[in-house]
Amino acid sequence: MPAVTFSDPALRSPHPRLGSAVSLTGVAKEYGTGEAKVTALRSVDLDLPYGELVLLVGPSGCGKTTLISIVAGLLDASEGEVEVLGQNLTRMGGGRKVRFRGENIGFVFQQYNLLPSLTAAENASVPLLVAGWDRKKAVAKAGELLTAVGLGDRLKSFPNQLSGGQQQRVAIARALVHDPRLLVCDEPTAALDAASGRTVMTLIRQVAVEADRAVIVVTHDSRVYDFGDRIVFMSDGRIEKVEARQPARDVAPS
Amino acid sequence: MNWVALKMLTGDKAKYFGIVFGVGFAALLMAQQSSIFCGLMRNTTSQIRDVQGADLWVMDRNVQFVDDVKPLSENDLYRVRGVPGVKWAVRLYKGQGRARLADGNFQQMLILGLDNATLVGAPGPARIVHGNIEDLRQPDAVFIDEFGWRYLFKDEPFVPGRKTLELNDKRAVIVGMCKCSPTFQTFPILYCTYSQAVQFIPQERKTLSFVLAKADPDVPPAEVCRRIDVQTGFKALTDDEFFWTTIRYYLQRTGIPINFGITVALGFFVGCAIAGQTFYLFTIENLKQFGALKAMGVGNLRLVRMIMLQALVVGVIGYGIGVGGAALFGYVFERVVKSAPPAFYFPWQILVVTGGAVVVIVTLAALVSMRRVLVLEAGVVFR
Repeated sequence: MPAVTFSDPALRSPHPRLGSAVSLTGVAKEYGTGEAKVTALRSVDLDLPYGELVLLVGPSGCGKTTLISIVAGLLDASEGEVEVLGQNLTRMGGGRKVRFRGENIGFVFQQYNLLPSLTAAENASVPLLVAGWDRKKAVAKAGELLTAVGLGDRLKSFPNQLSGGQQQRVAIARALVHDPRLLVCDEPTAALDAASGRTVMTLIRQVAVEADRAVIVVTHDSRVYDFGDRIVFMSDGRIEKVEARQPARDVAPS
Repeated sequence: MNWVALKMLTGDKAKYFGIVFGVGFAALLMAQQSSIFCGLMRNTTSQIRDVQGADLWVMDRNVQFVDDVKPLSENDLYRVRGVPGVKWAVRLYKGQGRARLADGNFQQMLILGLDNATLVGAPGPARIVHGNIEDLRQPDAVFIDEFGWRYLFKDEPFVPGRKTLELNDKRAVIVGMCKCSPTFQTFPILYCTYSQAVQFIPQERKTLSFVLAKADPDVPPAEVCRRIDVQTGFKALTDDEFFWTTIRYYLQRTGIPINFGITVALGFFVGCAIAGQTFYLFTIENLKQFGALKAMGVGNLRLVRMIMLQALVVGVIGYGIGVGGAALFGYVFERVVKSAPPAFYFPWQILVVTGGAVVVIVTLAALVSMRRVLVLEAGVVFR
C-alpha cells in the first residue's frame, strides 16, 4: 500500500522496529468520584509488538473498551504511563492527540459508523479528507483499497445498500486508507453472522497485519480466537494472562 | 471536510427540508409582515410625498400628523409670506368631502385643493395618466386618482369630462386621472383648485389647511422653519420632518406597530423553534458519526466549522426562500388587487433586518447542537 504523506512529521511514530507499538505501565482508570467511583482498570502493564494481531477478550465490564480507548487516545488514564507508537500520550495535549490519532490510528467500530449519505468510496476516503487530501484523489485511493477488500463493484453504493459484512469491509478500508501504524477494532464481528464474521477477521488478518503495524481487536466472539497472534485475557480491570497463538490464515474474503 | 458536512446535511432529505422550511417560514413571515407594516406606515404619508414643488409645510402649532388638519385663516398665508427667507407661499386645502354617485350612493373623498394661480402641489407629468393638469382651471374640473377611478367605475375606460360626481350639491367633472401613492384611508383622491375645493365642502369659517412654502435658495429650509415659528407662532416642517412626524404619531398613538411586532416576533420564535429543534434532532441522530469523526482525528474547532457551515447553508437557502416569497407576495398583491391601494413596501432595510434575524436563528440552532457535539467523548463510538 502506498504511504500517506502527513502534515506533521513529528507526530509520526519512530521506526517500528525500535520498540513496542503499545506500552502501558501501571495504567489505571477510574470513573466518577466518591461513592459513585468505579474502577475500570487496575494497574495494567502491557506491551504489544508491531506486526501482530492481538485479541483483547474478557467478559462485559472487564475494562476492554476502556483499555482500547486509552490506547487510542480517546480517553485519559487516571494513573500510569501510556506510550503508543513511541509517543507518550499521557503528556500529550488535546489538540496534538487529535492529530496524532488522525495520522496514526485506524478504527473499526462494532456498528461500522459509516456516514449514511456518503458512498462506500467516499466513506472510506474520510481519514484522507481529515488529513487534508484533495477529495478526488482521496476517493480514488479509497476505491483502490475497497477493490482490495473485494468491494470493487460497490464503490458507489450507499451504506444502506450494503450487507452488514460489506459495511464492515468498507469500515476496514476506511481504517486502513491512511496507512495507520495502529489499528483498533472494537467487536468487529459482533453485528455479523458467523460466516461474515470469519470473512471480516480473515480480511483484517490479510490486509491489516503488516510488519510495521499493530492490530488490536476487542472481541467477545471466541470463534475468532484463531485469528490472533496473541490473546490478552482481561477480568475485573486486570490482565489475567497473555497467550501466544498460531493464527489461522485460511479463509479468503467473499 | 466541508464537503462531508454538506453531504451529512443534505443526506437526510426530510430533516434538511425541515430545517430549511423552518428558516424559510420565519424569514417569510418576518419579511412579509414587516413589509406590510412599512407599507401601512408609508401610506399614512402619501399626501406629503405626493404634494410636490414646495420645501415647507406650515400648519397650526397643534397639528400632530398630516390628517390632523387644524385650519388657518386666510390672513395667516400673508403672515407666512412676510417671513424673511420665504421665497413664496401658497394655499393648500386638504380635507374630506362626501360625493354622491350616479347610482345615488355616497362615497367619502379626499380633496386636495391647489393654489389657483400656481397649482403648486399638483401631480407632475410623470404621474398624469389622462388629461392635462391645466384642465383643472376649467369650471368644476377635478382630477381623480387611478385607484379611485377603479374603485368607483371599475373597468370603464376613461373619457375626459364624461363622469361627474356631486359634492355638497356642486358638480365635479372628472377631466383627468393621475397616479397617487396608496393612502392609509383608501378613499379616492380628487385634485382641484383651492377655490373649487372650498365649494365641495360645507361652508366653514376657516378653510386653509396648510400653507406650502418655498425657502429662498440662500437660506436653509430649517432656518426658514425656525423663522416662521418665531415670527408667526405656526409650526413649519420640511417634507422629511413632516413625514417622520406623521410616522411617529402612528407608531406612538395606534396599536399598529404592536400588532405587527407580535406577528414578526412570532415568526422569529417559530423559526427558532422549528429550525432549532430539527437541527438539534439532526445532530443527535448523527452523534455517533460525529463521534467517529472525532475518533478519526477531527478536532472540535473543525466540527464547529462543519456545523456552522451546515447552519449557514440552511440559513442562506431559507432566507432566500423567505424573502423571495415575501417579494413575490408583494408583486402578486400589487397586480391582483386592483381596486385597493396596496400596503406593501419592501425596502432594503427589511432585507437586512430579516437577514440578521435569520443569522440569529441559525446561530442559536447551531449552538444548541454544537454543545452536544463538543461535549461528546470520542470514546462514545465504542459504546
